[in-house]
Amino acid sequence: MKSDVIDKTPLELNADGTEKKSKTVFMLPVLIFAGLSIAFAIGLTLNPKEIPSVLIGKEAPQFDLSPVQGREMGLKMTDLMGQISLVNVFASWCTECKYEHPFLMELSQKKILPIFGLNYKDQPNDAQDWLDNLGDPYTRTGADLNGRVAIDWGVYGVPETFLVGPDGRIIHKHIGGLNWEKFNQEILPLITDLQGNSAE
Amino acid sequence: MIKIIMFALGLLFSVQMSAYAVNPDEVLKNPVLENRARDISKNLRCLVCQNQSIDESNADLAKDLRVLVRERLAAGDSDQEVIDFVVDRYGDYVLLKPPLKPVTYVLWSGPALFFLLILWIGFRLFRRQAQISQPKEGTVQ
Amino acid sequence: MITELGHFALILALFVAVFQAIVPMVGAHRGDSRWMATSGPSAFIQFVLIFSAFGALTHGYLTSDFSIANVARNSHSLKPILYKISGVWGNHEGSLLLWILILSLFGMCLARFGRNLPASLRARVIAVQGMIASGFLSFILFTSNPFERLYPPPIDGNDLNPLLQDPGLALHPPFLYLGYVGFSIAFAFAIAALIEGRVDPAWGRWVRPWTLAAWICLTLGIALGSWWAYYELGWGGWWFWDPVENASFMPWLAGTALLHSAIVVEKRDTLKAWTILLAIVTFSLSLLGTFLVRSGVLTSVHAFASDPKRGIFVLLLLLIAVGGSLTLFAIRGSELKTQGLFAPISRESGLVINNLLLSAATATVLLGTLYPLFVDVLQVGKISVGAPFFNSTFVPIMAPLVFMMGIGPFLKWKRSDARAVGQRLYVVLFVSLAFGIYGWTLATTEPVWSAIGLLLSAWLFTATLVEFVDKIKLFRTTLSNSWNKARRLPRSTYGMTLAHAGVAIVIAGITGASMWQVEKIQIMEIGDTVNVAGYDFKLMGVSDQQGPNYTGMRGKFEVLKDGKLYTILEPEKRTYTVQGRPTTEAAIHSGLLGDVYAVIADPSETGGWITRLYYKPLILWLWVGALMLALGGLISMRDRRFRLGAPSARKAVTARPATVGQEAS
Repeated sequence: MKSDVIDKTPLELNADGTEKKSKTVFMLPVLIFAGLSIAFAIGLTLNPKEIPSVLIGKEAPQFDLSPVQGREMGLKMTDLMGQISLVNVFASWCTECKYEHPFLMELSQKKILPIFGLNYKDQPNDAQDWLDNLGDPYTRTGADLNGRVAIDWGVYGVPETFLVGPDGRIIHKHIGGLNWEKFNQEILPLITDLQGNSAE
Repeated sequence: MIKIIMFALGLLFSVQMSAYAVNPDEVLKNPVLENRARDISKNLRCLVCQNQSIDESNADLAKDLRVLVRERLAAGDSDQEVIDFVVDRYGDYVLLKPPLKPVTYVLWSGPALFFLLILWIGFRLFRRQAQISQPKEGTVQ
Repeated sequence: MITELGHFALILALFVAVFQAIVPMVGAHRGDSRWMATSGPSAFIQFVLIFSAFGALTHGYLTSDFSIANVARNSHSLKPILYKISGVWGNHEGSLLLWILILSLFGMCLARFGRNLPASLRARVIAVQGMIASGFLSFILFTSNPFERLYPPPIDGNDLNPLLQDPGLALHPPFLYLGYVGFSIAFAFAIAALIEGRVDPAWGRWVRPWTLAAWICLTLGIALGSWWAYYELGWGGWWFWDPVENASFMPWLAGTALLHSAIVVEKRDTLKAWTILLAIVTFSLSLLGTFLVRSGVLTSVHAFASDPKRGIFVLLLLLIAVGGSLTLFAIRGSELKTQGLFAPISRESGLVINNLLLSAATATVLLGTLYPLFVDVLQVGKISVGAPFFNSTFVPIMAPLVFMMGIGPFLKWKRSDARAVGQRLYVVLFVSLAFGIYGWTLATTEPVWSAIGLLLSAWLFTATLVEFVDKIKLFRTTLSNSWNKARRLPRSTYGMTLAHAGVAIVIAGITGASMWQVEKIQIMEIGDTVNVAGYDFKLMGVSDQQGPNYTGMRGKFEVLKDGKLYTILEPEKRTYTVQGRPTTEAAIHSGLLGDVYAVIADPSETGGWITRLYYKPLILWLWVGALMLALGGLISMRDRRFRLGAPSARKAVTARPATVGQEAS
């Protein structure tokens, strides 16, 4: 009952196709898979959980916040104009922010650019204690008690850091804690570019 | 198994403090507005959860967005304006139903194209079958 | 010491797997019966070795040996025994060990129960199993070793996620893996057939019981996961089109297509290339699921530090297994000759339509699941694809399928009379329309879809029933005649009838649960009563609770219907001591027509507690329907075709006048 011996002569069953044509069809699955594999390989280098900011290139949102308790200088949008700055979203209840904090202190001491703090949904006493105990790297702070300003910035977690240009435009957003390595890789080149541009 | 852990952990990350999906204190007095708010919320992704809408999620950010949606509706925004407000800040990612844009043309047309493709394959298959003469079959052992 | 033995057993297993992959395959190629005969013993030894390794890891968990890194990360001395055991596979490394345990189990069973297979086919199939095992054993040994030691050992473990300390969830992975891995047998059969260059009709018969077994387990696994989500997650959701859910659903869809396609190969000696492709695709989707879930390529919270090595390794496995098999298909597929012819109106054509629609459905789910990745890779933005997309695209493809499912069993093989079939279906159509209208009235949301859902469900159920009644000529002949006919029907007929009816029940359940639900959210004080769809929920009290590894609060509701006590619901909110995370335990009472569902949340600042009360119609039907599906499959598996070499299967191939069409072979 060998009804399926490999037969080189084309059967009449293929009413419309030549052998060549049907071969193409059989190639389709593996070709599709090849395409998918390339996507997977590239996908391994990406991070699906990171949501890039849609505010890049746009002017920072309008806002006007009082400072964190115990500090004098609040933060509003116009404070961002006129210099390149970092806006760092932080909270005393955020553990990752604690790991990031020493870097921010060092950065502020180097006086490369001002760091403004956006205190996200914090208790005034907690925020004050946190900055008093760990140190305050921020030139100005804004206490976003209900988180609305952060929503305007497209913040969805803490910590996040924005690089803002002298015209108040958002240049870059970094999600998660910063350290020297990431700063030097991602942010420093952008700062240099901006400074180069403004020098012209 | 991993999938379960990850799913579960995602949900746990979303459970914080006392916020709970659609609290009674968030519910708008106007039932029409509230309905609109629920519908809009069901299409907005909770950004800190595994795969929930802000309507279902217990996360703080979800609650904030729920309240925000209701405020804007109460202020007179249309449904689309409210959605645009959120998308302006968070991007298309926040929409559970992908918007119809050039980047999603393939996505939205895909299923229809698959359907047409199988219709075509089916048609060709049946036409081929119908064209074949019967006697051939009798020669099989 | 036992741990090291387990580790050693795994290493040995790898050697055996490589042997198993090469020797029988070469033996089949050369026709050397001794080399082919090594397949059985290899499969057996491999199973024993992996079983030992698995046992060693389980021993580590049961004795809370925290010098084993895996145990330290995922267990705790306070955990109840059941969850210590389920903790073995509740993590990446352990679950992979479960994976290959099941793989080797299937391999051994094939060696044992596949004696009726031609020797060369059997040798090749077991060899392919050996190849897959080699791949996964390498993956485990090189990147995901569960036996790594931790020095110094911690005093106690990290505790398993409290959400996972649950019976439903403990069983969910084993069933899922039985499904995923079980499809590797069909895959191996397909590869073997391609290598041999032919697909006998008997191939369809041989592959079916293994595919059925896998399919049944996957059905149960998915149902368990969905059920778990329903009672655990606190708002009664049961399907979210989440990438990890889709990863399990796609093999199920393809596997269903494969099951049906194999019937056509068996009965009518046609549709071979398609069936072979389906066999490859189904297992490929299982592997793809493994990749998607463990590589971090799709949005999912990483439970473990993401090791890029793992993602690359799984991708490599995927490339070799899937790429290799599809290449083989590209080269050899066109040489598979088909013999059978069938008319446009026939059971074959019905099954072809079934195949096509299921393939389109699978492709749709795949597209939606992978699209965010494509967009990210092409750097054109970032989008997410959620439930709304799948609901609007998947359902319209399934609707015609369900429609066809009602018609299909009426069709005869080779050629069927459209008019005769149509006549039988008039009544069915009428009944369906009536139910459709009824569904419209019951909807609390989406009345159109509610109508369609109930219409399709009624259509399928009634058609299946009518077809069965027809077959035994009930009401058209004496009862004893009908009874005799019924007794002589092959089991596969009962299986089909039950399974198709099960699908109808599931659809009804989905319709009810999605579109007839009533939800009430409010703050309640003790003594308050809220009415939900005719049930009065009265909050009797809230008390503090203390569990073995948690603290929490428990609310007590009396639920009354028509003034009489219907049930008592006691939802809880717990905080687990070690990890400090809160969970909710919804209280559910399942009724035939619907569930009452209560959740209690934190006290509100103004006094009282936030409560969420639901009435969920027909949700029980979801699980009952799934059980019917599984049971139908089980009954089908016991069809006498499964017993060795029934040569009468050949009857279907010989030319015969148009009286063909009996299910019996």
